[in-house]
Amino acid sequence: MLDDKDRIFRNLYGQGDWGLKGAQARGAWDGTKGFVEKGRDWLINEVKESGQRGRGGAGFATGLKWSFMPKQVGERPHYLVVNADESEPGTCKDREIMRHDPHLLVEGCLYAGAAMAANTGYIYIRGEFVRERERLQAAIDQAYEARLIGKSNVHGWDFDLYLHHGAGAYICGEETALLESLEGKKGQPRLKPPFPANMGLYGCPTTVNNVETIAQVPDILRRGAAWFAGIGRANNTGTKLYCISGHVERPCNVEETMGIPLRELIERHAGGVRGGWDNLLAVIPGGSSMPLVPAGPDQCDSLLMDFDGCREKKSALGTAAVIVMDKTADIIKAMARISYFYKHESCGQCTPCREGMGWMWRVLTRMAEGKAQKREIDALMQVTQQIEGHTICAFGDGAAWPVQGLLRHFRPEIERRIDEYTRHASVETGKHQTVPA
Amino acid sequence: MAVRRLAEPHQQPKAFAFTADNLAWAKKQIAKYPEGRQQSAVIPLLWRAQEQAGGWLPQKAIEHVAEVLGMANIRVLEVATFYTMFNLVPVGKFHVQMCGTTPCMLRGAGALLDICNRRIGHQNEVTADGTFSWVEVECLGACVNAPTAQINVDYYEDLTPETFEKILDEMAAGRTPKPGPQVDRQMSAPIGGATTLKAKA
Repeated sequence: MLDDKDRIFRNLYGQGDWGLKGAQARGAWDGTKGFVEKGRDWLINEVKESGQRGRGGAGFATGLKWSFMPKQVGERPHYLVVNADESEPGTCKDREIMRHDPHLLVEGCLYAGAAMAANTGYIYIRGEFVRERERLQAAIDQAYEARLIGKSNVHGWDFDLYLHHGAGAYICGEETALLESLEGKKGQPRLKPPFPANMGLYGCPTTVNNVETIAQVPDILRRGAAWFAGIGRANNTGTKLYCISGHVERPCNVEETMGIPLRELIERHAGGVRGGWDNLLAVIPGGSSMPLVPAGPDQCDSLLMDFDGCREKKSALGTAAVIVMDKTADIIKAMARISYFYKHESCGQCTPCREGMGWMWRVLTRMAEGKAQKREIDALMQVTQQIEGHTICAFGDGAAWPVQGLLRHFRPEIERRIDEYTRHASVETGKHQTVPA
Repeated sequence: MAVRRLAEPHQQPKAFAFTADNLAWAKKQIAKYPEGRQQSAVIPLLWRAQEQAGGWLPQKAIEHVAEVLGMANIRVLEVATFYTMFNLVPVGKFHVQMCGTTPCMLRGAGALLDICNRRIGHQNEVTADGTFSWVEVECLGACVNAPTAQINVDYYEDLTPETFEKILDEMAAGRTPKPGPQVDRQMSAPIGGATTLKAKA
């Protein structure tokens, strides 16, 4: 288990003071001037050396991403944008950072700004988080007041930080949709290229990072890249906030080392699966966009919770939001509800996604009852593959993968229900019931 | 995608303008963005307009925001209809947003949706006394405290049918129940005490 001294978010549960004094007592804002003075290249290199990969879902190397920003600031200013539009089902980690350890985020923003030569940063928080917004704004105000950020602050890098909020659109967690929304438009993703590092907010060079990614940076700098790189496995370094929800005894958020075995994570921190490990049906390891991993010796039993570990099981770490389902769960209904989520949240820009989401949801809803034809299972698989990779953004992929995971692992269950439904239908009506395809 | 339309003409107020305080606040919001980019402030301004109008967004409020920001009406209208937190029809004094997405569903959100249906009625309709309205929403982002409902701006977490009914009772009686987890736990720490960070912070 990760030692308490190696934890970054030491006020995760809000047991201490979230404010500036409390944060400073936990080490925040210590040595900041020195780090900023070492300059862009050092900052980027230090984060590269730590091996940190983005905590928002895609897992792209943070230092590398920062290095994509233009070397010189031209006529267009550089922007840092922090993605706090946390809405991936299962995920509730950034919320804890913003309400309980907001100064780590504010401090991280200053470093990120200095590393990419940005004098302005925007944090885009989801609209539902009203109380979190108030708390984070209070922390930003404290930092301004103490001249830790702002123009001619004590750290020597001019940096204005603004909090902006959305109004209930999951798609705005996609970085280019977020930028559109921040510009005051509908959150519809942009085609890439050009990438935000060249043409982002207001057409200026921009880097978008997740809250947890940025909030980890101060500790990486303070304790050294080697410390962070020494936790976890190669290519999967550091600590991670895990959100354990669903059918466990004690759902919770917890910071643990990357690559912790799934079983250890659930049993040590969440009180185990309801009814014991043998009662496990499946988990979704990385938020609803990722394929599920079923119970079993080659699956959940040996699943290591990091980027490569999840990939070995044909899933992904995503946001590390572990949704646990025990044997009482109706797996088809659960996945149909996820499909409904994507139907509701599709921005409507690309036809495969706009039309496909509703189609998948309707078919899955029928399959949950068994009211379908077996050939529709293959048709559904084919539709998911026609959505995947054929949309502007990754939303289409994220909606197709969970359905593919279901079909890959639970096809016999779908067929069993279809058989059962057909059998009952025959008994009740005395004739074979046909369902239109 | 959801079909979202403005309220019926007879529900729409004849006029809307920001109060002096809200207008001053709006100017401060606009100043967060570079010159000429005042459009960026459209969501915060619409949100403030919704608060001022009593929890929903009348057509005149949308047009007023367009005027303040120098935007075409249609550009603001498309924002107001795209983002689902803008209520386009009147809501009750307590607007319940019940999360029904899978993590909450696995923890029993279905029973809570039933309570909403029974006690409040159809979604997006206000009770006769004007106290309650409700809507099923997608993931609220408090999944380890599921099931969760957002009532006005506060999250009520770790709900059971009993505690949820009690919260509604309290609200109907004019009191404000304590938000957050409705069971004995420290925010998102496991019930029964944290497994980490046990030393005093």
